[in-house]
Amino acid sequence: MLEPIEDLGGAAQPLLEVKGLVKHFPVGGGLFAKTKVVQAVDDVSFTVAKGETVGIVGESGCGKSTTARLLMQLMPRNEGEIIFDGQLVGESMSLRDLRRAMQMVFQDSYASLNPRLTIEESIAFGPKVHGMADGAARTLARDLLTKVGLKPETFANRYPHEVSGGQRQRVNIARALALNPRLVILDEAVSALDKSVEAQVLNLLVDLKREFGLTYLFISHDLNVVRYISDRVLVMYLGQVVELGPVDEVWDGPAHPYTQALLAAMPASDPDQRTEVPPITGDPPNPIDPPSGCRFHTRCGFCEDVCISTVPRLSMVADGAHQAACHMVIPGSGHTRAPAASEAAA
Amino acid sequence: MLAYIARRIVYVIPIVISVALVCFLLVHITPGDPLVAILPADASQELAAQLRAAYGFDRPLPVQFGLWLWKAVHLDLGNSIATGRPVFTEVMTAVKNTFILACAASAIGFTLGVFFGLVAGYFRDTWLDKLATSIAVAGVSVPHYWLGMVLVIIFSVTLGWLPAVGAGPGGSSDWHWDWAHIQFLILPAVTMSVIPMGIVTRTIRALTGDILSQDFVEALRSKGLRETRVFRHVVKNAAPTAIAVMGLQLGYLLGGSILIETVFSWPGTGFLLNSAIFQRDLPLLQGTILVLALFFVFLNLVVDIAQASIDPRIKRA
Amino acid sequence: MTATDTALQAAPAHKARGYWATVGRRIVRDKVSMACALVLLAILLAAIFAPYLHLADPYQGSMVRRLRHIGTPGYPLGTDELGRDMLSRLIYGGRLSLLIGILPVILAFGIGTSLGLVAGYAGGWANTAIMRTVDVFYAFPSVLLAIAISGVLGAGVVNSIVSLTVVFVPQITRVAESVTTGVRNLDFVDAARASGAGALTIMRVHMLGNVLGPIFVYATGLISVSMILAAGLSFLGLGTKPPEPEWGLMLNTLRTAIYVNPWVAAMPGVMIFAVSICFNLLSDGLRSAMDIRN
Repeated sequence: MLEPIEDLGGAAQPLLEVKGLVKHFPVGGGLFAKTKVVQAVDDVSFTVAKGETVGIVGESGCGKSTTARLLMQLMPRNEGEIIFDGQLVGESMSLRDLRRAMQMVFQDSYASLNPRLTIEESIAFGPKVHGMADGAARTLARDLLTKVGLKPETFANRYPHEVSGGQRQRVNIARALALNPRLVILDEAVSALDKSVEAQVLNLLVDLKREFGLTYLFISHDLNVVRYISDRVLVMYLGQVVELGPVDEVWDGPAHPYTQALLAAMPASDPDQRTEVPPITGDPPNPIDPPSGCRFHTRCGFCEDVCISTVPRLSMVADGAHQAACHMVIPGSGHTRAPAASEAAA
Repeated sequence: MLAYIARRIVYVIPIVISVALVCFLLVHITPGDPLVAILPADASQELAAQLRAAYGFDRPLPVQFGLWLWKAVHLDLGNSIATGRPVFTEVMTAVKNTFILACAASAIGFTLGVFFGLVAGYFRDTWLDKLATSIAVAGVSVPHYWLGMVLVIIFSVTLGWLPAVGAGPGGSSDWHWDWAHIQFLILPAVTMSVIPMGIVTRTIRALTGDILSQDFVEALRSKGLRETRVFRHVVKNAAPTAIAVMGLQLGYLLGGSILIETVFSWPGTGFLLNSAIFQRDLPLLQGTILVLALFFVFLNLVVDIAQASIDPRIKRA
Repeated sequence: MTATDTALQAAPAHKARGYWATVGRRIVRDKVSMACALVLLAILLAAIFAPYLHLADPYQGSMVRRLRHIGTPGYPLGTDELGRDMLSRLIYGGRLSLLIGILPVILAFGIGTSLGLVAGYAGGWANTAIMRTVDVFYAFPSVLLAIAISGVLGAGVVNSIVSLTVVFVPQITRVAESVTTGVRNLDFVDAARASGAGALTIMRVHMLGNVLGPIFVYATGLISVSMILAAGLSFLGLGTKPPEPEWGLMLNTLRTAIYVNPWVAAMPGVMIFAVSICFNLLSDGLRSAMDIRN
């Protein structure tokens, strides 16, 4: 195993701080067409504490996966800072160090393994890049296969197409752990698996987290899974964070109409649990030309003038940790349902 | 659609300029003095310098290129060193003959290729398919200049049915569409047609296979459509790609006719190129290559636009 | 061991076999490909070991035995226009013909793959610079380009190889670039980047193995074209110079003999045709053997 990465700021310092992350993709363009811009990620900020699991949820196309790839530096960002354990990435922390301390598991278990390498070779590749000898890296790969529940003698010399999807995703997890990282980004890592296999892999993730002292950033569109595994949750809509807080608080008292709609859309097992919240209607608007003000106003049942004219900032909902970007929770915002301004001052 | 055509034409401009640059530079990578062909062996330094100035070879390269390009735009490609006649007229006469040959070859190759391709694609994995595929592979693998010789051996030398060389009776190069001339065209055109025949067969076979395996064909059949009507749908779907492939092949034939023209002494661009090379007539060489390459670029453009106007799936935005 | 554990460890029983081992087995089972490979091997070995085959001197002619027919005792394939033994010249001719037919493709494979890998992996301005240059060469039909370059460089074996290499580099670069771009966008390359590996390591370990196959298949198909073009250059007098035995040049010098002894005159073309069609069929066989999905 590679040497563990030293903890710098102590338990109180967040492991990951993201500040004002922005990613724009130019689309079209050319001689006669004006270049347009997709605002895939627009001013996203959040923190991840040491040892916690933060979930990111949202519809497809809301910028979840782009955020993951930006954090991993797989694509250049337009703006924003990434601070890992107090160190500014790109200045006091090198890209190479970040890519040891932070690892990622992708959704497509097949595409994320090189079809020409055996499973053992794929897992051993990372440690060798970071200076481990070939023999040691292969031994490590076999140990890790055991840790993710696969017998090395059966699997080490197989090729990716020779094993099942669930087994492949376990291999991908082993590959991510091979660098002994502190933070693992799981980008829809269990979404493509069968329900029974999904549950097994989720339990494996929980066990590994404890064993290796990991921190997870768990990206998924599946609300049940996110609730099961996360401590805190981030809800994204059209490239922006609309709500964040402890997962139980958000689930029990969603403050943003989008979160309310998402949760209402979940099939409830108890008929008495039906909500009165208006169901979400229509498709998400085109991210090339997002709506003014609050980006959700085109689909929101509580839309008022202020929502169309003014962008809502993330604001405290009731107590310290739960925030939402909705004029209905911003005191004195001008929305009829907003709390009075004096209340906030008090 | 008009915007698409305009955009395509604008994209072609840098290509055209680069092609001209390559043609221009070709002459300047030539080992030795470009005047070597016309300069007497015992020429004095003075005479050499005089001639060099007369042809403009003493100026800096970018200036020479600019002047050459400016003249070329005005259809002035200089004079042939060997004959003294304007290169442009020489090339245009030759292009006409090559064009006749290439069009005849394309027509034969396209007809046979479409036929073999449809047969092979429709009767996939039967002996018919194997036969058609073998003909196609042979067509793309055969050294066509050799095939030309073999055809001459069979039809001229042995059977005496068709003339072996030339483009008209008595060595005339004035083309007419009568049997006296057409009999000279048959052998070179058939020889030349084997390459597009092979390529079109392969393309059409693959296309037909792809189209027949699509769900909409199943739907047509289950609607009770007769097989001849299904066939019409296949042809409609294969047409844009087939036309594009054929257009490009015509371009390749125009540019690649030199070997066949040599075998049959056909007075086209290839023949011109051949004599330009061996008489080291560089302006003629340069001009011929430029005209042929520009023809090819133009043909590519036409094919793109034609394909876009036939195929609704190609975005014109 | 619980039931779920057993299910988890379930894996196909057959022994793990590498990709190339599988492709190799499939190509060996293909009769057409194997026949072509054998023909090519025979021609190649005969050319290499020609001096040990007790053949007649390919340069030694005689005015008294010009253009003998096929089957003449002592001259199984007859003699050429200068009375030289055709069998010997055809076998010796393979040396130069195969060299100028195959070497340009090998050179272009090396150069084009490197350029295509860089263009496809780096993207951005490197891609634009390389691919726009390639586009310019695509504006010339390949026969025209080969003859133009050979024409200005002058006749000669080296010049032929240079001009054919220039013709094939853009073609291979274009294929290499598109294959590389396809592989580049797969998650495993991102996973490798996320492991902190540098561009060179990723190209070596993760890209090469996945892109070389398709480029290689394309290049084997190009050898067929290259053989025809290379012999064609000699046929025009732009390749080898007499009295070297070379199939294209032999075809040229025997052209006048078609009225006297047509079948001897056609022999060198048969050799070019055989090599060209074998490489074409081998390339097709390789392509379907590498298409592991079916």
